Amino acid sequence: MRYQTVIGLEVHLQLSTRTKAFCGCAIDFGQAPNSCVCPICLGLPGTLPVYNKEALNSAIKVALAFNCQIQEHTKFDRKNYFYPDLPKNYQISQFDLPLSRNGHMYIYTENKPKRIGITRIHLEEDAGKLVHEEANSLVDFNRTGIPLIEIVSEPDLNSPQEAFDYLTGLKSIIEYLDVSDCDMEKGSLRCDANISLRPEGSSQLGVKTELKNMNSFKGVKDALQFEVERQAELLLSNQQLVQETRLWDAEKGRTVSMRSKEGAKDYRYFPDPDLTLFNINKAFVEEIRGRLPELPLDKMHRFMKDYSLSEYDAKILVSSKKDSQFAEECIKIYSEKDKKPLVNWLIGPLLQEAKVRKAGISELNIEKKELVNLVGFVQRQEISGLSAKTVLSQMIDTGKSAELLIKEGNLLQVSDLDDLNKIIESVIALNAKSVDDFKAGKSNALMFLVGQVMKKSSGKANPKIAGDLLRRRLSNA
Amino acid sequence: MELNQLTAHQLLDKIKDGSITSQAIFDSLYQRVNKIDDKVNAYVRRGNLERTGKESGSKSELLGLPVTIKDNICTEGLNTECCSKILQGFRPPYDATVINNLKRSGAGIFELKANMDEFAFGSSTENSYFGSTHNPWNLDCVPGGSSGGSAAAVAADEAIWALGSDTGGSIRQPASFCGVVGLKPTYGRVSRFGLIAFASSLDQIGPITKDVEDAAILTRIIAGYDPNDSTSVNQSVPDYTKSLTNDIKGLKIAIPKEYFVEGMDPEVKAVVDEAVNKLKGLGAVIKQVTLAHTEYAVPVYYIIATAEASSNLARFDGVQYGYRAKSDNLIEMYKKTRAEGFGEEAKRRIMLGTFALSHGYYDAYYLRALKVRTLIKQDFDKVFSEFDCIVAPTSPSAAFKIGERTSDPLKMYLSDIYTISVNLAGIPAMSIPCGFTKNKLPVGLQIMAGAFNEETIFKVGHTYEQNTDWHKLKPVIRL
Ligand SMILES: [Zn+2]
Repeated sequence: MRYQTVIGLEVHLQLSTRTKAFCGCAIDFGQAPNSCVCPICLGLPGTLPVYNKEALNSAIKVALAFNCQIQEHTKFDRKNYFYPDLPKNYQISQFDLPLSRNGHMYIYTENKPKRIGITRIHLEEDAGKLVHEEANSLVDFNRTGIPLIEIVSEPDLNSPQEAFDYLTGLKSIIEYLDVSDCDMEKGSLRCDANISLRPEGSSQLGVKTELKNMNSFKGVKDALQFEVERQAELLLSNQQLVQETRLWDAEKGRTVSMRSKEGAKDYRYFPDPDLTLFNINKAFVEEIRGRLPELPLDKMHRFMKDYSLSEYDAKILVSSKKDSQFAEECIKIYSEKDKKPLVNWLIGPLLQEAKVRKAGISELNIEKKELVNLVGFVQRQEISGLSAKTVLSQMIDTGKSAELLIKEGNLLQVSDLDDLNKIIESVIALNAKSVDDFKAGKSNALMFLVGQVMKKSSGKANPKIAGDLLRRRLSNA
Repeated sequence: MELNQLTAHQLLDKIKDGSITSQAIFDSLYQRVNKIDDKVNAYVRRGNLERTGKESGSKSELLGLPVTIKDNICTEGLNTECCSKILQGFRPPYDATVINNLKRSGAGIFELKANMDEFAFGSSTENSYFGSTHNPWNLDCVPGGSSGGSAAAVAADEAIWALGSDTGGSIRQPASFCGVVGLKPTYGRVSRFGLIAFASSLDQIGPITKDVEDAAILTRIIAGYDPNDSTSVNQSVPDYTKSLTNDIKGLKIAIPKEYFVEGMDPEVKAVVDEAVNKLKGLGAVIKQVTLAHTEYAVPVYYIIATAEASSNLARFDGVQYGYRAKSDNLIEMYKKTRAEGFGEEAKRRIMLGTFALSHGYYDAYYLRALKVRTLIKQDFDKVFSEFDCIVAPTSPSAAFKIGERTSDPLKMYLSDIYTISVNLAGIPAMSIPCGFTKNKLPVGLQIMAGAFNEETIFKVGHTYEQNTDWHKLKPVIRL
């Protein structure tokens, strides 16, 4: 039997607002433990929360970017559970009247657009962090009360790769909105996954596993892949799956059951009486919508139209906001009508350099004007493509201009006819056999002679011009 | 009369004309506390009775006049323990908004905090970790609760005036039992920031005083919008002393028939009937009305209040502050801390509330209670569309004996039967002394009005006071 994989993701994002969600504490990472706290986020008796309008604005921005409907009436609820990192022993969250519902975004696995539903996006507060020592556990409340949004997808993802692409796309949108760091390693983006398998064609969902403890997009993909195989194996051998929470062990590359009474948890949600129901004004939402930046999908379509780019090229260029801005500025500087050669350099060698350096193309130490110059040298056939790649790498390392590096490396292709003719004459004189072969009709001989010219010029001869000159010279002789 | 026996407005006049200092008032209060509080136990005495602070000598409105504060209102640097073992040693690093307002107005904060039922859970102040408060009118009786310490202190002249909190009658019922004035303001009128929450949607801080004029002064000072409390309402605070006229001619007063039913002490009924007649004699138009959903108020209240309390009290877990039981294991530490730190009534209410919010019961209890709460509120809205105020007894009985109802929580819960609806509806209400039973125990008259109409309450209360002497009588404490 063949199985279909069904995946839904829950993403938590820390919003990078100036202050916490329900108090006035500044959000400042990397400070000494328990230095960014006040009686409110410490949950001291008698304190009350007041919601942060900036966090609400950011959350509405995100919801609109994911095409969600903003709910007119919304409220905060208390999610009750005991844990030492939760000073009130309840988390202020949203339950039955979330900020927004019914959104979607597109992913491009295998280059085909696929619509992924977003069930809901809501606002809540973060918990603190436990630090375990040998004999004690300590609590750091700096993180407590930082605004979080939860983005819940529909179970529309059908492979670990799709889940990976969803996360990449999601991160790209958030980055465009500039509302969160989206750094999974630092914990500003967290992702839990629900995964189940069902017989292909079936409309009923199978028994699901909740996966936690992944700390990179790749980790999410790997954990899901492991689960697909584990669940398929059990199903194929007619074994019963149990609904459970499993933790991803990145080192061992497998998921492990949490073996807790997780399923029986009752959070006793109820409306937080300290933060009453409130209405979100439609005009206010429209105002935020009007101020939304251009999002990746729109930018992709614009690039395709304005610069005649293929969907594939445009998609790569827009995946990061800063990189897309960098690319667009380069494209504007590049004066040729056909932008393809420049784009090929942007998504080819330049992107390669960026990957090697674990950075984005916009973060590389290279001036846009210089990159465009370099592409110009190649287009005018003044240097070879191979040399240009070396020059590009050196430009990034040294910050020197393309022209200077080409000069220093003596890399200009010999296109001067006098110089080339001298080399050709000497090659003809030294390779009489090949000359005869060519004249006898063996076209391979010309290739050999061009090779000799290249060798004699230490690779700087322009091979195309050299070939033309040779052919003309030998036909005339 | 001694200074401690005077009202705040009388003392303010004396400070103004230079005949006394606020220091002298503090001194007379401490003398009184030293003399009688072993009997009354109105104050929580954590060690010595020495004063810790210096008299401010403030030139602002209240001129350093001391105010007594209930133990559940946060006072910076002063223990605030809700009379619970679990908050042992808790000293808030901040003042409640009402304390800030008082200090800004030149009040002196009395260092001893008033006794109360643990976390305001109770109607008798018997549930205090620091022992019961005794009713100054009869030391064998309860002072009511939960603000029993505040009410007894004012009645016994151990306080000039005091702040209490009222979730289901916790200011008005003890005011009634102790023969003093107690107001629960409109929900949202006074900031709750710094009030250690019992039931957030019902709690309000209010004054307990020797007369209506003092209540009007103190209410204006503590009231007002607070950006730190999302449930406080941004509406200007009137000068309530302007409402203290001696004139209620033509005022329409409603008498709810559901508040004069069987189970009510006939002596209390007779006293209240007499008070209503008095109001009629002063020119008010009296008419009987119905508040049809009154019978559901007690069950609705005990679902909503305990549900909110179960969550509000979750933070007392031994991790950050207060009492912590020793254990190597986190879950064990939680269990032992809460088992040893909370008293019986607190545990009972946490259990009730946890149950009401649990999966499978939430709709049947909590959600339904919210719906009935709306109906109760609509009953009042209807009456106030025709009437200026409602007058009723504050409690179905006068003060009962200490220990009499401790074994029967249900009977204890019924002592709040006439005060609870007001909290559910969010409206203001005040209890004023209106007579005594044969055993010389005070009876309270409750005046209720529509939301943000405290002015009418003060007007009726003050007029009644101007034409009676009940508020001037003082208990004699046998030493
Ligand atoms: Zn804070």
